[in-house]
Amino acid sequence: MERHGLLSYFVGFVLAVVLTAIPFYLVATHALPPSRIIYVIAAAAVLQILVHLRFFLHLNFATTPRENLLAIAFTAVLLGIMLGGSLWIMVDLHTRMAL
Amino acid sequence: MSVDVAAMPSGHEPLSETHEQRALGFWLYLMGDAVIFGLLFMTYSIMVGNTAGGPSGKTLFSLNNAALETVLLLVSSTTFGFASLASKAGSRPAVLSWLLLTFVLGAGFIFLEIREFLGLISAGAGPDRSGFLSAFFTLVGTHGTHVSVGLIWILIMSGQVLFKGLSVPVVSRLFRLGLFWHFLDIAWVGIFSVVYLPGLL
Repeated sequence: MERHGLLSYFVGFVLAVVLTAIPFYLVATHALPPSRIIYVIAAAAVLQILVHLRFFLHLNFATTPRENLLAIAFTAVLLGIMLGGSLWIMVDLHTRMAL
Repeated sequence: MSVDVAAMPSGHEPLSETHEQRALGFWLYLMGDAVIFGLLFMTYSIMVGNTAGGPSGKTLFSLNNAALETVLLLVSSTTFGFASLASKAGSRPAVLSWLLLTFVLGAGFIFLEIREFLGLISAGAGPDRSGFLSAFFTLVGTHGTHVSVGLIWILIMSGQVLFKGLSVPVVSRLFRLGLFWHFLDIAWVGIFSVVYLPGLL
């Protein structure tokens, strides 16, 4: 169990380093057009957050208590509504003000 | 991965639940914090273009500084993980050493952040310069405040490990401090992906 725990942190660390190095490298070198790099940054961020939740916070569907997962899922829905809704309204306002 | 808490040395009544099962309240707090950070991220995304004729992120941000801060926080998250493992193994010196190393790395992060903030303010790019900079200082400053509180918490828990030993309540508190510290690293992933990297594109 001890070795399993150690392995979890090592795997999480290596994955996090890779998912950090890719976007930083692209921004430093501009190896891709900026409009593409922004998608790579977003994808690497989402993946890295999942890596942290799995390997550092040890979230999984087997041992994590169900009510903890429910609280996290509920927060994800709330954030989706509040962030998505606010951005939608503000971007829409921005375009209308520019008319 | 669950811990047999009842088997741990303790002067208190044995607990039948694992630390994970007892952490629901702390998860609710973390999720509340996630909503605060989420709204600050959204405010920043909306304000990022409102530079009021002042400097933008492209001239203000340093990729090297952001990369160094990222490394410090990521390594500190890993060293805290080793402290958690050492607490499960019941090794007090190992827990203290890893906590100390985590503290040093976290303090290095805060040092870099304060240096960046002071540099911006002395260059006339303080939070009062534009909507963009107000949102920037609020978002990054809120994260920095959390990390500073985490540093104080690490010191308090080091003292408890030193003087109270690895009793069930102390290990339980260490577990929640770990959740807090790992959560702050996740918030930082959001900050370099939303603030620094797009700002320097």
